[in-house]
This record gives sequence, C-alpha cells and structure tokens, in this order.
Amino acid sequence: MVQATGRRYIGAAIKRKEDPRFITGRGTYVDDLAPPGTVYAAMVRSPYPHARIRSIDTRRAREMPGVLAVFTGADLEGVNPNPVGWLVPELRAVPYPVMARDRVRYVGEIVAVAIAEDRYLAEDAAQAVEVDYEPLPAVGDATKAVQAGAPAVHDQVPDNVAFRLPFGDQAAVDAAFTTAQRVVRLELVNQRLVPSAIEPRAALASYDPATDQLTLWLTSQNPHLIRLLLSAFVLGLPEHKVRVISPDVGGGFGSKIPLYSEECIVAWAARRLGRPVKWTAKRSESFLSDRHGRDHHTVAEMALDGEGRVTALRVRTVANLGAYLSTLGPAIPTWAYIPLLSGQYVIPHIYAEVVGAYTNTPPTDAYRGAGRPEACYLIERLMDVAARELGLDPAEFRRRNFVPPDRFPYQTSVAVVYDSGNYPGALDKALALADYQGMRRQQEEARREGRYVGIGISCYIEACGFAPSKLVGQLGAQAGLWESALVRAHPTGRVTVLTGAHSHGQGHETTFAQIVAEELGISLDDVEIVHGDSGAIPMGMGTYGSRSLAVGGSAIVRALERVKDKARRIAAHLLEAAPEDVELREGRFYVRGVPDRGVDWAAVALQAYLAHNLPEGMEPGLEASAFYDPENFTFPFGTHISMVEVDPETGLVKVLRYVAVDDAGNIINPLVFEGQVHGGIAQGVGQALLEWGRFDEDGTPLAASFMEYALPRASHLPSFKTDVQVTPCPHNPLGAKGIGEAGTIAATPCIVNAVVDALSPLGIRHLDTPLTPPRVWEAIRQARARQA
Amino acid sequence: MAEKVPITVTVNGVQHRHEVEPRLLLVHYLRDVLRLTGTHVGCDTSQCGACTVLLDGQAVKSCTVLAVQADGCQVTTIEGLGSDGQLHPLQEAFWEKHGLQCGFCTPGMILAAYDLLSRRPDPSEEEVRHALEGNYCRCTGYHNIVQAVLYAAEKMRGSR
Repeated sequence: MVQATGRRYIGAAIKRKEDPRFITGRGTYVDDLAPPGTVYAAMVRSPYPHARIRSIDTRRAREMPGVLAVFTGADLEGVNPNPVGWLVPELRAVPYPVMARDRVRYVGEIVAVAIAEDRYLAEDAAQAVEVDYEPLPAVGDATKAVQAGAPAVHDQVPDNVAFRLPFGDQAAVDAAFTTAQRVVRLELVNQRLVPSAIEPRAALASYDPATDQLTLWLTSQNPHLIRLLLSAFVLGLPEHKVRVISPDVGGGFGSKIPLYSEECIVAWAARRLGRPVKWTAKRSESFLSDRHGRDHHTVAEMALDGEGRVTALRVRTVANLGAYLSTLGPAIPTWAYIPLLSGQYVIPHIYAEVVGAYTNTPPTDAYRGAGRPEACYLIERLMDVAARELGLDPAEFRRRNFVPPDRFPYQTSVAVVYDSGNYPGALDKALALADYQGMRRQQEEARREGRYVGIGISCYIEACGFAPSKLVGQLGAQAGLWESALVRAHPTGRVTVLTGAHSHGQGHETTFAQIVAEELGISLDDVEIVHGDSGAIPMGMGTYGSRSLAVGGSAIVRALERVKDKARRIAAHLLEAAPEDVELREGRFYVRGVPDRGVDWAAVALQAYLAHNLPEGMEPGLEASAFYDPENFTFPFGTHISMVEVDPETGLVKVLRYVAVDDAGNIINPLVFEGQVHGGIAQGVGQALLEWGRFDEDGTPLAASFMEYALPRASHLPSFKTDVQVTPCPHNPLGAKGIGEAGTIAATPCIVNAVVDALSPLGIRHLDTPLTPPRVWEAIRQARARQA
Repeated sequence: MAEKVPITVTVNGVQHRHEVEPRLLLVHYLRDVLRLTGTHVGCDTSQCGACTVLLDGQAVKSCTVLAVQADGCQVTTIEGLGSDGQLHPLQEAFWEKHGLQCGFCTPGMILAAYDLLSRRPDPSEEEVRHALEGNYCRCTGYHNIVQAVLYAAEKMRGSR
C-alpha cells in the first residue's frame, strides 16, 4: 500500500495545478469553442406534460434568415432510442426516443431542432415552429401514478410501474417486529432536486468527411461511456470513428453522467449538414432537460428491543423515475439505495421494497450521492425520532447501535460488506469539535428566553469506489466499473498520465500528479495529467460516485508499479546489480546499502528510449497501462453536527454552526478534501432548507429558473468547522475511500434533525424538506393551535 | 433582424468598434464577437452572476446589459484583471485559499469581490457573504471563497 504519511506530496495541501487557467479566464468549456463554420442549434420543447402531437409545421421557421435546417423526429430516421444502462429485475423498459414523434411525455421533451448561423437566429426559428398538440391526462407525482386509474405514461405500462424490487428476508423482519418492544414509524418525502451545475450543459459536434471522423465536445463526466452509447446504440456508427472530448466542465454532480438527447441530435445534425453544430442550454432548459435527482416517497418502520437497540427495519419506497429511464435511472433508487439502509448500525434484519414509477416529469438519475443520501436521510431521521421517543440523547442512542470498530469487515443485512470503520471515533471527535455539551447548554439558555434553537447530528455512511465489475454485472449494470490509466515516461523523465477519470472541479490534475510525483520521486511540475478525451486516452469509465481516487487513482498506482518495475530493471542493468537490490528513492535508483552507486530516474528514462544498453531481450520504451477493478466498494463515514435557530414569527431557519468530521481513509490533498466536504455540505443544506424541483399534480414544472429554485447563496451558510479521522481502506493501494459526496449525504439529515430538535417543544416530530419559511411557519402555527 | 447599431467599447484597455444588433447581450458580444470567453453564462436570468464584469468600474451582470448600452464604456473582464503577467491579489487569493473547483463561477465571483473591495477595503465575513449574494457557486460551499476575499482584502490593504 502507498504510505500516506511522511511523504513529500501525498498528504500535502498543495495549491491546484489547474487553477491558473481558471482564475485568468483561460479555461476551455464547451461553449467557449467555435470551430470555423459553427452553426447553432435551438431545441423546440413540449410545453405539455403529456400530449399527442397532431402536426408540426416547420415551414415558416425554415424560411427565416440564417436558418440552415429544422428537423423533427420524423427526419431522424435510423436514430435509435437512448438506451438504459442498468437493468433491474423485471424492468418494464420503454424506448426513450431522442426526439418525440407522435407523443410527448414531459414538459421539455424535444420535438424539433432549429439550426441557424447564430444562436439568436436559431432561437427565433425554434419559436417559429408550430406544433399542434392534443393534451392528454398526465400525472406528476409517483405515488399517484401507481394508484389505480392514474393516466398511463406509456400504453405498454398501464399501471406506470417500471419495476417492483423486494429485497431482504421479509419473514425474518416481520418476526422481529412481532417481538419488538417499540416500533417507530416515519413517513417522509425526499423531494426532487435539480442538480444545477453552474455551467449549463452544452454539446458541439463536428464531422470530417475526409476521415469519416465525428468529434464531439461535451459537458460529460464520462466521455468514453458516452462514445459507446452514442456510437454503438443510438447512431450505429463505428466506435473508432467517434471521438468524445470533455474539456473543462463546470461541475456535474451526476447530471452530466447520462447520454442526452441534445448530444445525439447535434451529432446527427453535424453529419447531416457538414457543419459543426453547437447547442448550449439556457438555464430554463437545464431545469426542463437536465436529469433530476431524489424524488422518493417512503414509509419506514424501525423495531427496537427493550435496551434501545434496533432489531429490524422495514422500508417501502416509491421512486419517481420520470417519463423515461435515464442511463442509470433504475439503479439509483435500488442498488445505490437499499444496500446503505443499515447506516452505521447493527440492524440484524432489513426488508425493503422499492417501486419505480413512470410519471410525466423529466427523467431522474444520479445527483450527488445518488440513492445514498436518500438512505442516509431515512435512517438518520428514524434514529432521531427513535431517540426522542426513547428519551435518549441522539448521540448516545446512535453510539449504542454502532457497528463496533472490532467487527470489520462487517457483513450487513443488506448484502454489502463494510470494509473498515471506526464510527464511535468519528462521533467522539465531532462531539468534541462542536463542544456538544456546550451547545446543549446554549440551547437550554435559548429555550429559557423563548427562542427555538436546535442541534442536529447525523452519522452517515456511503458506498463509494464504484465498483467491482462482476458484482455490478450481477446487479444488472450493462458496463464494467473498473478504471484505466496509462503512465508514459518521456525520454527526459517527465511523465504524462492518461486517466479515464474526468475532473469537472475535483482537482485530479493536482491530486493524481501528487501520487505520481510521490511514487517516482520527481517534481510535481514534471507530471501532466490528461483526462477527458476518448481520442487520447485508451479507455475510461469517468467520474461519479466518489470513485476517481479509489478506482482511477488505484489504476494509476498499478500502472506506475509496472513502469517502476521496468525502470528498476534498466537501472539494475546500468548499475550492474540485481533488480531486487535496486530501490527508487527521491528520483534516483540506488543499490541497496551502497548510497553512492545510483542512477537518476531521468537517465533511466532516457536509456529506455535510447535502447543502447538495455537488459538482454527488453523492449525499448517506458510506459504501462493498467485497468483497476476494485475488490469491494469503499465505505466512507463520519459525523456532522449542526446548530440552527428558527424564527417562529417568519419560519426562517438560520444555520448558526456546522461541524463535520469525515473519514474517507487516506488523504492525498487536504485542501482538495476539505473543498469537497464544504461543497457537499452546501448542497445538503440546500436540500434541507431551500431547493425543490417542484411539479404540480399533472407534471407541470413550478421551478424552471433560479427565481423559483433556490440555490444556497453565500449568505445562507456559515463558515464550516471541519476535521478528519483516517481509517484507511484495506483493499485498494491508496487506502483512500472517496470524499466527493459525503457532505451532501450528511448535511440534509443533520440540518433537518436540528430544526426538528428546535421545534420539539411544540410537539413537532417531523417536517418534510425543504424547510422553507412558509412550511416551517405553517407547522409552528398548527402546532401552537394544537397546544392551545 | 433589426438594423445594426455601431458601438465603440473599450474592453480591458483595448478599443473595439463593431456594428451589432440592438438585442445582442453584452456577454455575447464579449464571448462571441471579441472571443473573450472567460466571462461565462450560467443562467441568463441575472441570478447566478457567472457573467459579472466591470462596466466603468462597477460590477454588472453582462447577461442583463445590452452591448449597445456599453457603447462608450470601459469594460473589464477577468482577462483584463491582472497586469503585466502578474495575477491580481484576488486571483492569487482564490488560488491560495482553494476558492474554486470547477472554475465556472470564478471569473464572475472574482469581479464581484473586486467591486466589494473597491467600496469596502476591510469587509467583515458577513459583509463578504452579503456582497456575494448575487453570485452562485455550486462547488465550494462559499467557505473558501469568503476566506479568499478576506485574504485578498488584507493583502490589498497591505500594499496600499
């Protein structure tokens, strides 16, 4: 395993290598590109959640100045539907057409595209397309969609049930409930969220007939995966004739994983028109057409024995999949959700049933955390409600139920095996950092003054490092989830690493370079990380699920081992020593025990290419690639604690303090690590207090701009107080687990627990998110009326 | 298409003359006509602030300004902030304090902070948070952005 301490680069808070271009405005995002001859696409989208298309008249639009073409679904002959990438058992899949032809099923579904010489003319033309719709009955809410008599989103799925997945030993769970001393029940909504990366999605396609090469620049988290889906499934093109480049990408948060209709349309149109075609989403389009996240309705029951220990958990969830299945859509509320339902706790029996429902809303897929925040929110809310009913301190009740540190690897009752952990350690550290007892005293004082101050705790767990390919194959994934790396030492000793992971803010150009510089003992400036180009990088699965370091970083370590091994053999040859006696330290190979006999890394690299004096039979060159397929998931965890105050006159929640202790194993760069925690917390607070991708009953969106969808602003948040615990991952060479989503998973229940704690003197037991002022104010009003 | 209007705009110290459509937004003039792509479009409804530039020294959201309104004005974009190959203290501070991740909001954030510090050289944390209300960042949770602005303020006071 790579040592994490006492090193020069690994573990050091190094300023990011990529930042100079971003702070000077020299980043290159997709919309910044405009090859000569670029034309612009504007989409015509359905204004109805459900309608039959009677006719589309494009004549007026086509005749407008500067317009090259207007295409409808009928023109896209031979373009196949967008495939689903993860099949759950008995999935009733429906085709997701790239462009609707005779029926639309959500507001924002594309019915036509106008292409013109500039973006203004394209918009003009799109607005001149006349579509005659016959509105149909529609349903936006998943629980209503699966009730008898609901309008069918797809005729072939009359009950709107895409799948019904039972998991666990139902009889054992029922038995545990029969003998329970106490049962805690909670019904909750995990509201729909719109991921809202600040860079809107964009797609640029260019076709070169001379080479028959189609090049796409996309805002994608996983260019190779998109190339495969687009070439082999949608367009039926040879994969080697399609190149997908993800240049600088302005945040993803899961919403830039799937293959999107717009990407397919510009790819097709560029070939058809022989001009580069670019589309950039307006923010209103982002709301209508980006994949959304969450949107669960859950009823859960927890069984407890007489000593305050959890004995069983029963969960029923209806998940809103939207009108079509997105790339990973079916996996998110199932395999990314159910296996996390045990939280940090020993829960001997768990039974879960998830119903995936079609509705007349945009499809849902991964959003930061993706299934795991939903599981964590559920279990952490239940733990709080149970603690309150038992009259126990929420920290003490959690401690009583933790998986003890000596029981790892720990087999949960929901299939997964936790790799390593120290849950009481993180809790204690967070309690101390927050001065929990002091917080409770402050709360007492505030209550005496008639103020509503609350303290929230959440002890989260997540599964990262997606994923062992064989296992996910058994679970229905249509891809392996390894990662690849190619390490190329140049004749000067400088190194280029081609990684299949993609950075859209995570800082791989720095953290991955730290690994390489450390392992080879060379300067950080002598390492270049290349990512996001299927034409340059042999293969890759991309970045999501906090997998880049644990999987992509491990692939780099494996490739480095191969490069180092060959270099050592060359060095041994040059030093006339046995390879096993030669070691690499600080950029120089030495004969062990003879410190004055050595040869520099750069001299070895040069010799590898000169090939004048290589060991007998050795090929020239110094590069190696590796595919790393993880043995298990990684299981980061931690404890977050918050303190809030609720203004009873307005319902406004103010976050006074926020403390986080995270344990994601070994840390490569504490600066980057903390940044991920901070950003994650903000998004979790957003779900708790502000954000709501709201639809009315028939699926008409009520939030289609940042006017109606409230993102956290600087003024909504306090400064955060963070610390770490380090429990290395035992099964990958970096000992790292992943920190990308932790904050988001932890923060939502942490804040909601605090708000409910603040309002508990009023007898309030639960409130659904987002805890906006009107909702909180109304809950207080009703509670006071009940008390009076 | 409406008749084009001649404009003269000085951007980062360089004077430009163009004929533009009256409806052309300043941000598209900067990005598509002048090819200064450091100014970004995040929302086109004036909430996110990614398009913030300085118009005659004041921060404006360039998605809400028409190019013709900038006629005769001085515009500073992120590309024009440093001088002689030197980073501006705010740029240094965002780098030093890890005040950016994906970098998309960063140019607008830096220029909004520039506007604040030109008015209030010694802001409190609360004032920084208030001043940046019109600029969204989805990556950083603002913690390090606030630290960066406070750090830059200190540096800039020191060099005065």
